[in-house]
Amino acid sequence: MGEVQRFTNCTTGGPVFVDVEDGKIVRLVPLEFDNTDSPSWVIDARGKKFTPPRKALVSPWTVGHRSIVYSPKRILTPLKRVDFDPKGARNIGNRGTSGYEPISWEEAWDMVAEEIIRVKREFGPCAIFTQPSSHQMWGNVGYRFSCYQRFLNAVGMSYIEANPDSWEGWLWGGAHMWGNTHRLGNLEGYDLLEDSLKNTDMIVFWSSDPDTTQGGVYAGYESLPWRRWLKGLGVKMIFIDPYFNHTAGQIGDKWLAPRPGTDVPLALAIAHTWLTEGTYDKEYVATKTVGFEEWTDYVLGKSDGQPKTPEWAEVESGVLARDIRALAREWASKKTMLAAGGLAGLGGAARQATGAEWPRAMIALATMQALGTPGSNLWSTSYGPPQDDTFFFPGYTEGGISGDLGNSAAGKDFAYRMFPRGGAFSLPHRSAEGSIGYRLRTPEIMMHQPNEWYGKGFTGSHIEAQFHKFQYPAPGYSMAQMYYRFGGSFFGTMTETNKHVKAYREGKVPFVVSQAIWMEGEAKFADVILPACTNFERWDIGEWALANGYVTQSSQMCNHRIIVLQHKAIEPLGQSKSDYEIFRGIAARLGLEGMYTMGRDELGWVKATFDATDLPTVTTWDDFVKKGYYVVPPRPADRKSTPGMRWFAEDRERDTPDWGPAPWEVVQNKGLQTQSGKIEFVSNSLKRAEATGLVDPERPVMGPQYIPSWEGHRTTDLKAKYPLQLIMPHPRFTFHTHNDAKDSWTNEIKDHRVLHSDGRYYWIMRVSSTDAAARGIADGDLIRAFNDRGSVILSVQVTERMAPGVAHSYESCAEYDPIGTPGESSDRGGCVNVLSSSRFITPMSSGMANNSCLIQIEKYDASLDKGVA
Amino acid sequence: MAKKWNMVIDLALCNDCNCCFMADKDEFTGNDWAPFSVAQPWEGARWLEIERKERGQFPQIQVVHKPGICMHCDAAPCVDASAGAIYKREDGIVIIDPVKAKGNEALVDSCPYGAISWNADAGVAQKCTGCAHLVDQGWTQPRCSQACPTGAMQFVMAEDAEMAARVAADGLEVSKPELGTTPRVYYKNMYRWTKVFVAGSAYFADNGDCAEGCEVTISKDGAAVATAVTNNYGDFLVDKLEPGAEYTVAIQAAGYKPVERKAAPTAASLTLPAVALEKA
Repeated sequence: MGEVQRFTNCTTGGPVFVDVEDGKIVRLVPLEFDNTDSPSWVIDARGKKFTPPRKALVSPWTVGHRSIVYSPKRILTPLKRVDFDPKGARNIGNRGTSGYEPISWEEAWDMVAEEIIRVKREFGPCAIFTQPSSHQMWGNVGYRFSCYQRFLNAVGMSYIEANPDSWEGWLWGGAHMWGNTHRLGNLEGYDLLEDSLKNTDMIVFWSSDPDTTQGGVYAGYESLPWRRWLKGLGVKMIFIDPYFNHTAGQIGDKWLAPRPGTDVPLALAIAHTWLTEGTYDKEYVATKTVGFEEWTDYVLGKSDGQPKTPEWAEVESGVLARDIRALAREWASKKTMLAAGGLAGLGGAARQATGAEWPRAMIALATMQALGTPGSNLWSTSYGPPQDDTFFFPGYTEGGISGDLGNSAAGKDFAYRMFPRGGAFSLPHRSAEGSIGYRLRTPEIMMHQPNEWYGKGFTGSHIEAQFHKFQYPAPGYSMAQMYYRFGGSFFGTMTETNKHVKAYREGKVPFVVSQAIWMEGEAKFADVILPACTNFERWDIGEWALANGYVTQSSQMCNHRIIVLQHKAIEPLGQSKSDYEIFRGIAARLGLEGMYTMGRDELGWVKATFDATDLPTVTTWDDFVKKGYYVVPPRPADRKSTPGMRWFAEDRERDTPDWGPAPWEVVQNKGLQTQSGKIEFVSNSLKRAEATGLVDPERPVMGPQYIPSWEGHRTTDLKAKYPLQLIMPHPRFTFHTHNDAKDSWTNEIKDHRVLHSDGRYYWIMRVSSTDAAARGIADGDLIRAFNDRGSVILSVQVTERMAPGVAHSYESCAEYDPIGTPGESSDRGGCVNVLSSSRFITPMSSGMANNSCLIQIEKYDASLDKGVA
Repeated sequence: MAKKWNMVIDLALCNDCNCCFMADKDEFTGNDWAPFSVAQPWEGARWLEIERKERGQFPQIQVVHKPGICMHCDAAPCVDASAGAIYKREDGIVIIDPVKAKGNEALVDSCPYGAISWNADAGVAQKCTGCAHLVDQGWTQPRCSQACPTGAMQFVMAEDAEMAARVAADGLEVSKPELGTTPRVYYKNMYRWTKVFVAGSAYFADNGDCAEGCEVTISKDGAAVATAVTNNYGDFLVDKLEPGAEYTVAIQAAGYKPVERKAAPTAASLTLPAVALEKA
């Protein structure tokens, strides 16, 4: 046996030490600091001192990452579908069933390059459509904004834009009330950890489970100690969620379980109590909002005849009127943080029918209790320790090696540091004047079905951007003739999965290439598969949890800023290659190699990234490579705390380090991005849109208003047929589809999948004991969950954690395993999005409503299953 | 006295994140750590098992998770049953010698905690080794507690007297003490697993509000065993009761008629239906 060498890496759930022996990874250990690393911050509050652990509190999939590096499902050679012949019969109707044969890299690269050239010559620019999965492997060089974007920009493709899947209603609704488009409708949260430790008495977690969602995203369990500190100080913790979630299980003092789609009535009833009892901040509302009187008339029922009383809300939501009143009174009497979703926004309630209104409701409640004053804010307990934001290191959205000024955040700082002598370029076709697609309409793109949608997706530049109408095909462009799929499966996460499956088999795209690490859900439907390696098999560099762009300074979800040199710990498995190398091979055949590489290999790009940051001011390249990480010291004591929105509450110029709202979005550097600069209960941006004919009946100018779900308890005919409301939260043990299945150890986590007697690990659905008993279903049974869109075979968990009438299953299965014809038969992989509707949350809000889904369940009898949906 | 291996697991802190479970798999899957263990198979080994229990019924519930590993008992039944294939180290760790134990599947049943499993690939009984190979290399923690983000698993190297003092001070308990195996794995807040609660809620029938400030008395055989006061949601919860016992719950608020309910909590604890208080 050889000597154990220790390397470092960073994952989507945190940094690790990587022990390697004889060319194999032996173990991954969550990164732990030594005494040469920077001291940690200390917060003094209520007579106590609080300081974080000196190790990375990483996610479970990070600890188990070795099992996906060495997964039996790794693709180890380039593959071609056996009955696919680019010069003859393509047999696209057999995608997903016909199987693969290995081909050489030369063959694979040649085939892809020849198809790119053919499509460009026969159909003009951008007839190649492409999209990446959201999160795969951490690192600023290998990330989708980086080498992938440099490649697609050089080649010229139509990019399929992502919907803001974790924000949805915050962008489509919240932004019309308080702006903040630079955070897609979320709020800054600087220094709110200190503020809450000093001043907060109560936290209301509403559709919020930071212990499950890694503090919002990426951050493992870093903020868990903060919640324990607050709990230890006697801060009361209220949870509003149809599921007794994991954060509630740890620290909850009271749980209220509204039926899905009725959070807004609940919020309106709280406001009704405050209005009738006079227990809100009248001065704050008078000076910092517009339209409050009109909204008050609505809440009190003066304008529509329906007072939004707790009794009214009880009928809608199932939450007892007396509990609503008690909560409203306690909230008004205590300094309260409203933790809505993860970060300061997100949350499953924003991903549902008419879901633009819930974020407006959250903003309304926080506003009535003087949002931004000490101890009172909209803050989800997972952002805002006293870090030093002035030390420059780019987040992954800052473009990495792409230098894309048009479609990444590279233009803020990074491109000028990274490309001082040129080399940065953007793709003009990826714009309002060019050709793009929309992720939620991928099936239509592949089926050559013209479609239209509002907003490019992540429309964070300004509020009005989301009113821009796009169409497929774009004027003067071809429909899709090639689909270049990069990264993991979408089958588990995108609505109405069967449409996505059928689009491969029945669609009109003659060539699909998938650049993938594992043979899983969606990869199995491509014509050619290019096997990529993991980031343990190549060089990279990155800061834990740092996205920047629309998730500004997101390493504030962690205790420390940890910048990691991501060593190439082992050689790529089999014939797999790094994404960078795969793209280089194609670029070479297109005459683009020099433009693509600028003469650098991956390590060269990692070094160039290092040189473009502030790291050379504190360490040398050699020392950084040797040590493997750098802990940025906390904010110096002489630099003052700037709590989020305090400037707004105190009517000052903004003093927080957010990049937005940009100067051109505000007046005299004060106020919000809204037209009035205030929080708008009557939205000027929606009013202006309506004046130009853009009327959205499910997103009224005055709001928040209660608009019953188009698939919920009020859709009585459908409810009679499918009586259970299914919610699909972001998952606990995986990052979307990443790290699920693949024969990884994650399969064996008892609350993730359950092994059944046929040897399969089934995905879990959680239902209340009442609903299970009514159907003769027992804990651990296999069930069939179904509606008109399809059916999924699942392992049932019978629990007291569900409100009766509600079912729960995570949105994020990586496996797709139809028992018969793909797209038309039951899936036993666990893609519960087979059941969800592809309808947008409102007509003009191009978001997905996974959490508005009516289903029925029954005990599964395999002998009766004919393989039909 | 030498310092010895102990593990303290706090049931109030574990949230079932499974970082420990993954760390165990990471350390032992595919890795031989002679002379203490041969590699775990890729799939199926559970040297660390997290059990889940829900307490009470919708809508007043709690969830508790109990990670279990080899208890590294000082009076280990497996050692007695092993004819020398299983031994106890001076630091307290119990080791199954993978060479001497080869082929002896009966060892699996020698552990009353179910901590030993059969590795069919290697033909040997296996269990948690306490990360003996790492402890011997100077690691300050085994993999499970190192990866624990909640602080629920705390590794303690201490002399027995020192540990006994900590057990007394923190009210630590062991799993299945009646077996007399003297485990070196201790649990804090063990009542969440072994005892039960009775919870409920009260409201005033006249105005429909939650009944805050009611005095709740739980009695057994006519004698009060616990009291509580309802909070602003009218909720109360009395813990550390005995499963299977029969209790009387008396709820009293000034100006209202007192109410009594029978409560016989099973091992799943008991959430009573909400109680309406009528004006006296």
